[in-house]
Amino acid sequence: MQADAKIRTESATESGPRGPSCSLRHFACEQNLLSRPDGSASFLQGDTSVLAGVYGPAEVKVSKEIFNKATLEVILRPKIGLPGVAEKSRERLIRNTCEAVVLGTLHPRTSITVVLQVVSDAGSLLACCLNAACMALVDAGVPMRALFCGVTCALNADGTLVLDPTAKQEKEARAVLTLALDSVERKLLMSTTKGLYSDAELQQCLAAAQAASQHVFRFYRESLQRRYSKS
Amino acid sequence: MAAGFKTVEPLEYYRRFLKENCRPDGRELGEFRTTTVNIGSISTADGSALVKLGNTTVICGIKAEFAAPPTDAPDKGYVVPNVDLPPLCSSRFRSGPPGEEAQVASQFIADVIENSQIIQKEDLCISPGKLSWVLYCDIICLDYDGNILDACTFALLAALKNVQLPEVTINEETGLAEVNLKKKSYLNIRTHPVATSFAVFDDTLLIVDPTGEEEHLATGTLTVVMDEEGKLCCLHKPGGSGLTGA
Repeated sequence: MQADAKIRTESATESGPRGPSCSLRHFACEQNLLSRPDGSASFLQGDTSVLAGVYGPAEVKVSKEIFNKATLEVILRPKIGLPGVAEKSRERLIRNTCEAVVLGTLHPRTSITVVLQVVSDAGSLLACCLNAACMALVDAGVPMRALFCGVTCALNADGTLVLDPTAKQEKEARAVLTLALDSVERKLLMSTTKGLYSDAELQQCLAAAQAASQHVFRFYRESLQRRYSKS
Repeated sequence: MAAGFKTVEPLEYYRRFLKENCRPDGRELGEFRTTTVNIGSISTADGSALVKLGNTTVICGIKAEFAAPPTDAPDKGYVVPNVDLPPLCSSRFRSGPPGEEAQVASQFIADVIENSQIIQKEDLCISPGKLSWVLYCDIICLDYDGNILDACTFALLAALKNVQLPEVTINEETGLAEVNLKKKSYLNIRTHPVATSFAVFDDTLLIVDPTGEEEHLATGTLTVVMDEEGKLCCLHKPGGSGLTGA
């Protein structure tokens, strides 16, 4: 048990100090912390924390199987209460994002299930869920053609942009945009927005998100390097 | 022979058309299907609209009822949208509790109402802290042939413009509400959001107003909701192939 505890803390990585241009909150990631799922990860962004577990490729129900691809399922459980329509909508967004990057054709007629549990919510929840899901898929060894990350941008009434907003900043903002970007070409995989904004502001947010995603992907790389260099 | 090819290789069949910049039903890549609207057809509802986008048929009925305003916002009413995709509209839906597609569509419509501020919830309040209107918007799909989000948004907007609410006064002595059915007024619609859906093919091509088959073959979809001032209310891109900013 002592050894387990040691391995676990060593597999956790925290982000280092960033340059003044980046305004993302402090983030940390821990992989392989659960024993039952094939892959698991816990992602922390400031005070927002999400735990993800991946089961797969595993057996799939005949009614759900797809003959040439893996069937991807995402289950998102909120911190309190029963999952509702909003969770279903988020599950669909996360599932479609994962489907775009996971090489499902390598595992036909199987199922890959991603289970996300919200541990604490202090703003930018969907982005944190996406990051946790990506790290968990990597930990499970699911073949992917790219990594993805989630970035949240909040636009204030005066037009200023805040990346990775806290819950308070999100409430006061005029518009909140959550974008998922892929690691190879920084293309936009998923977007969901709240509030009113103009076309120019959208382009601004996209550029800022692409810059921020650099930091997140660098953190992923460092995290995985640390983990595999120890073992 | 073409029908055989279409069954065996639907994607290749489709690509042949896309190469000539058109689609199997004869439309251009940027062309919408014929749209028809029928307003006020349901007499038992306070407001209704039937929208047909090509074959996709969606009907929206709005009923207004009384409710106590929420405790954290005593001067606001409620707007409760619900999208129903019954087995009638397509063989992919089974009877029973709402499936994922219906729930996602309901959440999308709720987001559009919230983001675009189509009606001020304060307008629905009759007496702060005591009584307010709740508008139940039931959107039912009668025929599913792709592009359900656009049709639902349009039907909702048309039905809301058709809603007539009676005048309500609170009697000072009894404290009960008195409804004057003879005096009705329209809702104050502040913005007119319009949704446009695109299907992404082979990571590069964007096609407007996809039909059911096109949605099935596409590698991704994108829905943009804009109001008349050119402001974006919603950019809904649930996964699928990546798009560059431009």
